[in-house]
Amino acid sequence: MSFNPDARQLGLIKIAVFITCLLPFGRLLWAAYSDDFGPNPVEFVQRWTGSWTFNLLLITLCVTPLRTITQWHWLLRLRRMLGLFCFFYASLHFLSFIGFDHAFVLEDIAKDIYKRPFVSAGFAAFILLIPLAATSSNWAIRKLGGRKWQELHRSIYLTGILATIHYFWLVKATALLWPLAYSVVLAVLLGWRIRERRRKAIPVPRFQSAKPLKFFKQKPD
Amino acid sequence: MLIRRPAALPASEITDSAIYASRRDFIRTLLLGAGTAGFGLSYGADAGDRTGQSLGSLINSPFSLHDDKPTPFKSMTSYGNFYEFGPDKESPAKHAHRLRTRPWAVTVDGEVKAAKTFAIEDILNWAPLEERIYRMRCVEGWSAVVPWVGFPFSELLKRVEVTGNAKFVEFWSLADPEQMPYIRLPLLDWPYREALRLDEARHPLSIIAVGMYGEVMPKQNGAPLRLVIPWKYGFKGAKSIVRIRFVEKQPETTWIKSSPDEYGFYSNVNPDVPHKRWSQSHERRLGEFLKRKTLPFNGYAEQVAGLYAGMDLRKNF
Repeated sequence: MSFNPDARQLGLIKIAVFITCLLPFGRLLWAAYSDDFGPNPVEFVQRWTGSWTFNLLLITLCVTPLRTITQWHWLLRLRRMLGLFCFFYASLHFLSFIGFDHAFVLEDIAKDIYKRPFVSAGFAAFILLIPLAATSSNWAIRKLGGRKWQELHRSIYLTGILATIHYFWLVKATALLWPLAYSVVLAVLLGWRIRERRRKAIPVPRFQSAKPLKFFKQKPD
Repeated sequence: MLIRRPAALPASEITDSAIYASRRDFIRTLLLGAGTAGFGLSYGADAGDRTGQSLGSLINSPFSLHDDKPTPFKSMTSYGNFYEFGPDKESPAKHAHRLRTRPWAVTVDGEVKAAKTFAIEDILNWAPLEERIYRMRCVEGWSAVVPWVGFPFSELLKRVEVTGNAKFVEFWSLADPEQMPYIRLPLLDWPYREALRLDEARHPLSIIAVGMYGEVMPKQNGAPLRLVIPWKYGFKGAKSIVRIRFVEKQPETTWIKSSPDEYGFYSNVNPDVPHKRWSQSHERRLGEFLKRKTLPFNGYAEQVAGLYAGMDLRKNF
């Protein structure tokens, strides 16, 4: 059954999604207010913001498959907000890294990015998110043109792969369950897209062994 | 060998009390400044309130730190690694209540004249219990200051006759799937095994701890007895020990078997030797926001550096 909300309903849905996306940030504020960061405050902040960056990245990638399966085309109207919240938590995650781990000392940050593969992967993923967030407006779509804009925003797939690598390299051998779970979800979402592209592609027939058609009988010598 | 008590932390290393007291206000202001109302979801801290059994009067050890504030009891009992009870830092506090610490016995075998089994009740009477406030440094980059209660490992050597072949001592942790649910998962090669060179084990700083913060050892921290080697990374301190084995050849320990390129046999705290995936030059004390410099041998270089004279500490990491 197709559900098509009117403008007012869609507005309410957007508000609900906005508030829901703010809840993880609210949890951080609550921890700050109630002094409830746990024994390792920085680890809590970094894990929390990192997890929610990845959660929102996967939720954003779920929009297209859900829209195709349910025919709820209005879901597309939520994708921008979800993507921007993903960038918001990624920014908090990155800020907590450069602030708490390196006290904003640029030389130390650069060294860490260069020396530590898991930091390099995470940093690359964050860098790839910046142009996506910067071009998330209608104005940017018009300026770039739909096709170019779409090509640029496909880099979200690479961001997802880099985020998975970042997570895998970050944890000890005893804690691979979560990165594995995230990578399975990502693989399913990317796999679905590959399948869809193949399905939509119109095959061009090739007749390599075909002989030219003879419309006229050959003239006698 | 002359053993000097640990040097007091240099004044430059001690956080100014005003800064320390306001560290949480700093992040509170930072986050609340964003101006969004708080949405609370409780952060699970099942353990932490002091309900343990007191160990009575203790000897104040000359090896204790005196200028460093101990980590809060709640932090040490609700955050840590004990993979037999789960892979997360909070898992031990949630699941360790299943551990039965009585009856408990420790078997001592291997390169000894006669293998012996000691009941925990006897072990507790081997020597007067000392309180030793030690730095603790985890290989993951976090650290703490813990008032352990125990006795020198050398007390064990008075009770067993070690043969001349013994060069290493191996510690085996309990591996009972009934009590330790995660033993059923192949997270590591169970039982957990750690080892020391015999001279390291004999060193006066090496202790068998039976308690912390003046109380009986909490289950999630390795009850009823665990190893504490303050100049090495925390994983060297085997928990819930059931077997001590003296051997001639360097044994393969659990973490070496799991990731030989990431964990070395010695695992001395060394700011100049990075872990394969992260730097070890700095650490973060539990409860603090900013990092501090890691000290060679965790600040015990004066006492233990002699054990490794002439050794390449990068190669023998």
